[in-house]
Amino acid sequence: MNILELQNLKKYFATQKAVDDISFNIAQGDIFGLLGPNGAGKTTLLRMITGIFYPDSGEVVFNGRKFDPINDTAYIGYMPEERGLYKKMKIGEQAVYLAQLKGLSKADAMSKIKAWFVKFEMESWWNKKVEDLSKGMSQKLQFVTTVLHEPKLIILDEPFSGLDPVNANLIKDEIFSLAQKGSTIIFSTHRMEQVEEICNHIVLVNKGKKILDGTVKEVKNEFKENMYRIGAAILPEDLQHPAFEVIKHKPDELLLKLAPGTKTNDVLQYFISKNITVNTFSEVFPSLNEIFIKLVEGTKNARQFQEI
Amino acid sequence: MNKIWLIIKREYVTRVRNKTFLLSTFLLPLMIVLFIAGSIFLSVKSEEKSKRIAFADSSEFFKPLLRNDSSKLNFVFDKTIDTVNYTKKGFDGFVYLDDSANHHFVLRTPKAASMSTISSIESKLNEAYQNYQLQKSGIDKAYLDSLRKASSRYFSVDNKGDDDKIVNAGVNYAVGFGSGILIYITMFIFGAMVMRGVMEEKTNRIAEVMVSSVKPFQLMLGKILGIGAVGLTQLLLWIILMSALSLVATAFLPADIMSQVQQIQNNPAVVNNNAAQFNEAAKLMANVSSLNWPLIIGCFIFYFIGGYLFYSSLFAAVGSVVNEDPQEAQSLMLPIMMPIIFGFIILSSNLNTPDNDAMFWGSMIPFTSPIVMMGRISTSPPWWQLALSMVLLIGGFLFTTWMAGKIYRTGILMYGKKASWKEMIKWTFRK
Repeated sequence: MNILELQNLKKYFATQKAVDDISFNIAQGDIFGLLGPNGAGKTTLLRMITGIFYPDSGEVVFNGRKFDPINDTAYIGYMPEERGLYKKMKIGEQAVYLAQLKGLSKADAMSKIKAWFVKFEMESWWNKKVEDLSKGMSQKLQFVTTVLHEPKLIILDEPFSGLDPVNANLIKDEIFSLAQKGSTIIFSTHRMEQVEEICNHIVLVNKGKKILDGTVKEVKNEFKENMYRIGAAILPEDLQHPAFEVIKHKPDELLLKLAPGTKTNDVLQYFISKNITVNTFSEVFPSLNEIFIKLVEGTKNARQFQEI
Repeated sequence: MNKIWLIIKREYVTRVRNKTFLLSTFLLPLMIVLFIAGSIFLSVKSEEKSKRIAFADSSEFFKPLLRNDSSKLNFVFDKTIDTVNYTKKGFDGFVYLDDSANHHFVLRTPKAASMSTISSIESKLNEAYQNYQLQKSGIDKAYLDSLRKASSRYFSVDNKGDDDKIVNAGVNYAVGFGSGILIYITMFIFGAMVMRGVMEEKTNRIAEVMVSSVKPFQLMLGKILGIGAVGLTQLLLWIILMSALSLVATAFLPADIMSQVQQIQNNPAVVNNNAAQFNEAAKLMANVSSLNWPLIIGCFIFYFIGGYLFYSSLFAAVGSVVNEDPQEAQSLMLPIMMPIIFGFIILSSNLNTPDNDAMFWGSMIPFTSPIVMMGRISTSPPWWQLALSMVLLIGGFLFTTWMAGKIYRTGILMYGKKASWKEMIKWTFRK
């Protein structure tokens, strides 16, 4: 079942087509990566999903019904890239306040916050003010306030910026466990290694248009170039065969590009006939980073102002 | 609705709990009372000390003429005193006849004498000399005094309006000016507070977190209403504190003044007939308490709220379009501050003629009506004018709030550059 369906969304600003006819679906329980270079229209897209902006045309379908910003925001947790908290407010009160705005009762909010604070070892923070926190600490607090009301859809824009590896792992584990409990997570970033690690479904947007949509596996399959890595104890220099081309040569490893129509067993056969003991043989997929660069490169890097 | 309530509560509680709020609420009335009491105390104290002046008059010309009837000056005629020993004998000053000029008296004091001492000695001597001249030309002093008194009976002010209430132009002036200036100041204080609050939300980057839970309009309205409630709380506390302190102060007033006040209140006619009988303070008290205080306070609260709502949403809009730089805010604030200042100028330059055209139009147009109408309120303007002014103000703040909401909703999420007036107008008319 799809928790979110975007149908032909458009949002034009005075000088930019920020989002230009984008459609995709997100299934419940997905960890969804929304990728794109700076200024691709990600934030505008997320703002339409969270009801901050109204689309010029097109429709957002949330949980099977047309998205209703007033009531449905209670089921969404949004951590924007430009985020912050009231500096002079006590941390506990602040968390209660934000939870109440999402429709939780005070008692309910209190018990949930206490549970999260214990989990993140933040119990002693309750009466501290936000201005006393370090950047990483306030990031953790921000994450707690985003997921506190157990939203069906959690939207995280660059959630790991400013976090050290330990805290980043802490948040990452929480993201996985929230997804396991049935929440859907939209994850927006341009750090591809994180996407590869966390997401199972990605969409790449550039210049307001969708240019890629699929599971990580599908995308990698689509962009694979028939590359294989073969490892052996000793590899002679003069290996040649019409079925493959050596891209990289190391004493104990080769990177091969197979000719179209070649079967992997043909390659192995050749190595066996040469009496080389093969230790490893595996297909090499392009990293998302490579795919990203390949797709985005060539288009003009910075967005140009245009007349609408 | 529930969400707006939560926002109002947060804005209110965080500000009221703040130490500066408590300090300004309780210290300001205390300081005003201390200031008034202090200046009264000082002026009373300085009067107490009387001066002993030695008078050397060899011709004994002034001795029969100068009477020691005032407590401030005490003339002592003593021929043994001269310019050398008068301080030793405990005198504050020495007046002697300068032999080089005919009938020319000279005052000598150990240090430079104060203006009031010099002028009171001078008037004493002049009066004495004038009386001497009158006597010499055969005019009886008592007869002249009775003539002067009689002439003052030909004109007096009735002090009553058509509704038979005592009115006093001076008290009206003071009440109008005081309440006008109070609205003027509070509009600036609380308007700027709204603007700073919005700027804080923007620079702390909490705005986008908030608008994912509530609509921008709710956020703006909650802030405006919350801070307005803070302002109202502060004003009410001030009114309560000030009236409590003035009650304490009147308890120290002499009892006969209070009984006179009551007499005037019960029968205003006596004031004119026996004007001399009554103390000036008692008359003033009676005038102040004869004003229509429920109307004045009611209108004050209405125009405070109305004016605040009218302007604070504009301040909120300005706060939403600027970034960290306070300089930007100042240049955008100017067009909002101009009409407020203009209203104050209308008030202060036309307060003597509360019914003229400038005051009428000023009290109708919502940009200036909160300030200007308060200047007219103690002279009881016609009911239809009051009602029209209120309706226009309500319409005015609904309009400014609607317009500010449109600007706010776009401005609050814009980072990087300050919006121009042209852009803001465009946002206003966008769907």
